[in-house]
Amino acid sequence: MNSSVMYAAAVILSTCGAVSAEGITVAGSTTVQPLAEKLALAYETVAPGVTVEISGGGSSVGVTSAGNGSADIGTCSREVTQAEFERFPDLEALCIARDGIAIIVGPDVPVTNLSKSQVRDIFAGDITDWSEVGGPSEPILLVSREEGSGTRAAFENIVLADAALISGAAVLQPSNGAIVTTVATTPYSIGYVSFGYLDGSVTALSINGVAATVENALAARYPIVRPLLMLTDGEPSPAVRGWLDFIMSPAGQSIVESEGYLSVGPVE
Amino acid sequence: MKPSRNGRVTARKAWQGCAFALFWLSGIAAMAVMLAVVGYVVVRGAPELSLSFFTTSPRGGLSGDGGIASTIVATAYLVVMTMAFAAPLGIGAGIYLVEYAGNSRNRIATTFLKLSRFGSETLAGVPSIIFGLFGYALFVTAMHFGFSLLSASLAGACLILPVVVRTAEEALKAVPEGYREASLSLGATRWETIRKVVLPSALPGLTTGIILGVGRILSETAVFYVTLGGSYRTPTSVLSSGRTMALHVYYLAMETRAFEKAMATGAVLVILIIIVNLAINAVSRRLSAGSRS
Amino acid sequence: MTRKGAVESAMRTVLLCAGLASLLIVAMTGIFILREAMPAFREVGVWRLLSGSEWRPGQELYGLLPMIAGSGLVTLGAVCLGLPIALGCGIFLAETAPGWIRGVVKPSIELLAGIPSVVYGLFGLVVLVPAVRGFDYPGNAGFGLLSASIVLAVMILPTIASVSEVAIRSVPDEYRKGALALGSTRWEMIRTVVLPAARSGILSAVVLGLGRAVGETIAMIMVIGNSVMMPSAMGGPLPGIFLSRARTLTGNIAVEMSYATGLHSSALFATGVVLFVLIMLVNSAARALMARNAGGGRG
Repeated sequence: MNSSVMYAAAVILSTCGAVSAEGITVAGSTTVQPLAEKLALAYETVAPGVTVEISGGGSSVGVTSAGNGSADIGTCSREVTQAEFERFPDLEALCIARDGIAIIVGPDVPVTNLSKSQVRDIFAGDITDWSEVGGPSEPILLVSREEGSGTRAAFENIVLADAALISGAAVLQPSNGAIVTTVATTPYSIGYVSFGYLDGSVTALSINGVAATVENALAARYPIVRPLLMLTDGEPSPAVRGWLDFIMSPAGQSIVESEGYLSVGPVE
Repeated sequence: MKPSRNGRVTARKAWQGCAFALFWLSGIAAMAVMLAVVGYVVVRGAPELSLSFFTTSPRGGLSGDGGIASTIVATAYLVVMTMAFAAPLGIGAGIYLVEYAGNSRNRIATTFLKLSRFGSETLAGVPSIIFGLFGYALFVTAMHFGFSLLSASLAGACLILPVVVRTAEEALKAVPEGYREASLSLGATRWETIRKVVLPSALPGLTTGIILGVGRILSETAVFYVTLGGSYRTPTSVLSSGRTMALHVYYLAMETRAFEKAMATGAVLVILIIIVNLAINAVSRRLSAGSRS
Repeated sequence: MTRKGAVESAMRTVLLCAGLASLLIVAMTGIFILREAMPAFREVGVWRLLSGSEWRPGQELYGLLPMIAGSGLVTLGAVCLGLPIALGCGIFLAETAPGWIRGVVKPSIELLAGIPSVVYGLFGLVVLVPAVRGFDYPGNAGFGLLSASIVLAVMILPTIASVSEVAIRSVPDEYRKGALALGSTRWEMIRTVVLPAARSGILSAVVLGLGRAVGETIAMIMVIGNSVMMPSAMGGPLPGIFLSRARTLTGNIAVEMSYATGLHSSALFATGVVLFVLIMLVNSAARALMARNAGGGRG
């Protein structure tokens, strides 16, 4: 009798502890979001009782929420800027993966390769017809992310390096998924999207003759690659540390790879 | 009758015929548009509707796989929480406007009445994205509630408050003055009169306001797009992020191209809205039947 | 008895607070948004915000003119497409529809009002955008003002139809009887007596519809293309402007808000202020018209 009460109390206490102790909140980049969701699911099966809550918001929100403590982890799909480090000096950035940015076209565009400078001219609005780059005589429809997006910032840094601007005529969509949707369903359109979002509905173009594959990006042949960061405000708490360690472990890095991103450590 | 006059009458009748035909056409066009939108969404979504669609949660990521279980839960939580904020506030405001300020000849009371009515009328016209901005700035950021059910329901409450206030006002005004006078003359205080006499007889009307509010929350997207975060997992606390069914339609359509799934979710929403409308009509029919007898 | 008195006065205070809650929310919304928008107003300047035609937050360029033009044009398009049908519906329901037809059309219009905007957006994205893409016009991609105007026309139809129906119904029956007694046909009665008497009510219905159109967000970002550009006819005839992509004020906020920080974020709140002021103007116009209508009805 006595022992069964003790047992019940122990069970209740331990469940309480498990439920209340380990909630991790993550906010930020929509590029990192699906990867983080998969990493969270996998971690929750090996570390029962931990729940990881992931919301979007974008890279800038990721930096801000990590910096002001509104999330345990902020995610960011570009380099943290100098201004952001000045605002949040305690910010610690962990590169959990790298990510290629693919230039995508819909199924009706026969072009399969562009040079980096052609991509630049297309997005700057200097090339406006597919016939100028070996395609049919159809106007090019640009599809881009909106200002503030980490993918856009990284794309502009790497491809439009000479301070050229993305043409104002571009259709703007607020997420990577929406870019793929729009390019896949709109004839003669071109967009750019993280490797992790590629699927059969769109064609990823070769750049300078190098195919947009994980192998080429890992070997530094593919030219458009950026880091994916997880940010914490100073030293992470043990619960957060546990998840980050899992992400950097071979098991975590295998998930990174299977989701189409570039691993930054050994895999299983 | 002279033929010329007869001809003029015919011409006038012909004009009338044309005009009325156009009115009929407008009526039919409105119905046709409704049938086209609802029909298209339901027909394209129907093949996806199965028991498992309602009992499994979205798988997340880019697949669009899975059902809508967690979004149903999030929607239900959000509706209940928003109502918990908006209903007492809205009905309370209605009571004040009708039972206290409305009867008073006091200058201060009438000023309050005007201010309060100005407030709720202005609120009714404010576009939802403004409440989204407000909710984002105040609840999500300044008060550190984050993207959560709490932030979203507070912003949602601002959105539906005017609806609840207006219907509460109408419901209370419909209670015959004689009830109040009888109660007051028996020695009840004003509050006792309200609690025991006025509120019970205004209940069906107050219910209409609540149902209307529920309908608004079900169909709202913009406010929750910027305050709820959009996590597809089942919310576990008031500080959890979440995704309502309406938001799920947006994410499915924009992020995953699972248009059929989006249509199916949209169809469920439309059916819920039809139920809401039927409920409102039923309640108001009972109301008017009651007042007639 | 004293306890009763205490309860009474406590409830009075509580209810007074509830009554003032709406006002408080309006005030707080205004103050909060204005406060967040102040840096943009200070650093960019009100005039440059309103008249600048370039919106490039990365270059510190914050001009809202393209979005003001986008919101204005899409509302104009929606009113042109939706108003005739909506008014026709209002007159039909109030004056000419037989009872059973009214019993079918009225709930249909109520349902149109209740359908979530995201469902309209989805319908627009899957049905209208590909259909509009069928027009052979330079630069036309389906996304744009025309698709958005059609979606919006359907969304404002129920507002205009039901408010104008109420306005027409509130015309006293004596007016109608008088006109008919003088030998008018029913159409002449509607045209010369009923509609003029309901004029300000109908006008306020239209203005309310405008308000709804300017404030719509989600359906707009799904079909309008969200491009930051001044809508233009792209060298073709002027109506071609409706095949141009655009962005609305509401869309500007929704698309960029979650990603914005610093001055960019503040400029989006400034967009909210512009929207707020615009809507307040539109709605006070509607309220003034309705007050006049109510006064006229009583007199």
